[in-house]
Amino acid sequence: MTWASLAVGLLLVAGLFFYAAGTLGLLRFPDPAARLHALTKADNVGLAFIALAAALEWGSPAVAAKIAAVWLLAIMAAGTSAQLMAHLTRQDHGGGS
Amino acid sequence: MTAAFELILCSMMLGTACVALLVRDFLAAIAFFVVFGNLMGLAWLAMGAVNVALAEIAIGAGVTGVLLVLTRSRLLALGEEISSASPGRWLTLSAAALCSVLAAVLGAAVLLIAPDDGLAPVIDGLMPLIGVENPVTGVLLAFRAYDTLLESFVLLGALVAVWSLAPPGAWPRAPAALRMTDPAALNVAESFGRLLLPVALVAAAYLVWVGSDRPGGAFQGGTVLAGGFLLAALGGAVGLPRSDDPALRWVLVAGPLVFLAIGLAGLALGRFLAYPEGMAKALIVTIEYVLAFSIGGTLALLVAGPPALPETRP
Repeated sequence: MTWASLAVGLLLVAGLFFYAAGTLGLLRFPDPAARLHALTKADNVGLAFIALAAALEWGSPAVAAKIAAVWLLAIMAAGTSAQLMAHLTRQDHGGGS
Repeated sequence: MTAAFELILCSMMLGTACVALLVRDFLAAIAFFVVFGNLMGLAWLAMGAVNVALAEIAIGAGVTGVLLVLTRSRLLALGEEISSASPGRWLTLSAAALCSVLAAVLGAAVLLIAPDDGLAPVIDGLMPLIGVENPVTGVLLAFRAYDTLLESFVLLGALVAVWSLAPPGAWPRAPAALRMTDPAALNVAESFGRLLLPVALVAAAYLVWVGSDRPGGAFQGGTVLAGGFLLAALGGAVGLPRSDDPALRWVLVAGPLVFLAIGLAGLALGRFLAYPEGMAKALIVTIEYVLAFSIGGTLALLVAGPPALPETRP
């Protein structure tokens, strides 16, 4: 086993850990804001670890740059939708109860 | 390892499909349908069909999901009751029977395809003649080009059908604005839309360009274009055009028209849709770029819906 494949394995495990934590938070946290927090923060760190692992696995700088672009777009989309969802839930809670 | 992955993927697909069919809440059903579409894309990817995976995720999950969500909100705005009650025993039973027969026929058809159907070597032999390296593009735009030509007209026909649903007095106005009403939400959506529209343009141009040699193409590029445009419209960064805007009309018909014109020019060479030798790649890339713009415009307007009176909300 080379150092690179060891690093890929470790990065994948780290990514899975953060995804699992994010999913657990989504299922167990009590209110929408906390759930969004788990979903957008932990999951994006998880995605970053998986993306790093993929970039290292395929090796070429061009592929790594594409993966980085995908990750950037994914976190921007997650950030935007989290803001919009948070706004919506706050409206629902503030107005109704 | 691969078998385990495939088994897990298959069970997840079956699970999400069942939930999408059985769950009572319509919005939850749509969410599971989108998840199902993404898993399906993953399955195509696992089978090495990257082109199909891109199309499934972009159109099957993305555009269709957005269309379903908007359909729901439009029905609710009309005061319709979206009932998830069981439609009655006989209807359910006959639907189940029909679906089972269809699934059995499809399964039999797939299993009957010989692993080596003799077509792949034929295509491989013909590919050097047209100068593109992606066999899917070769099939879609050279060997079976009339399928793609008709598809582009079908898409246009769908838009005409949607436009024909315009309420009285609303025709040639623009569709109901997609702009968010809440100022704080609009602020977030606007900056994201402004950021994403140029990125979507570049990504779409890239997808069409690599389509000749690697996975990509006009439909995938057009969908990315439509997505970027719709997000920009949600943030109010771009407005929706009136339905009688001549520039819009030309964008919508340009792709099918250019495709048809090049096809008719092929008649001079003896066969409809024949490309002159040595010029095949240039013509294919031209068709794909113009087609991507038309597909992007058509998909975005399909989502935007029919022309509406000024005060209506989507």
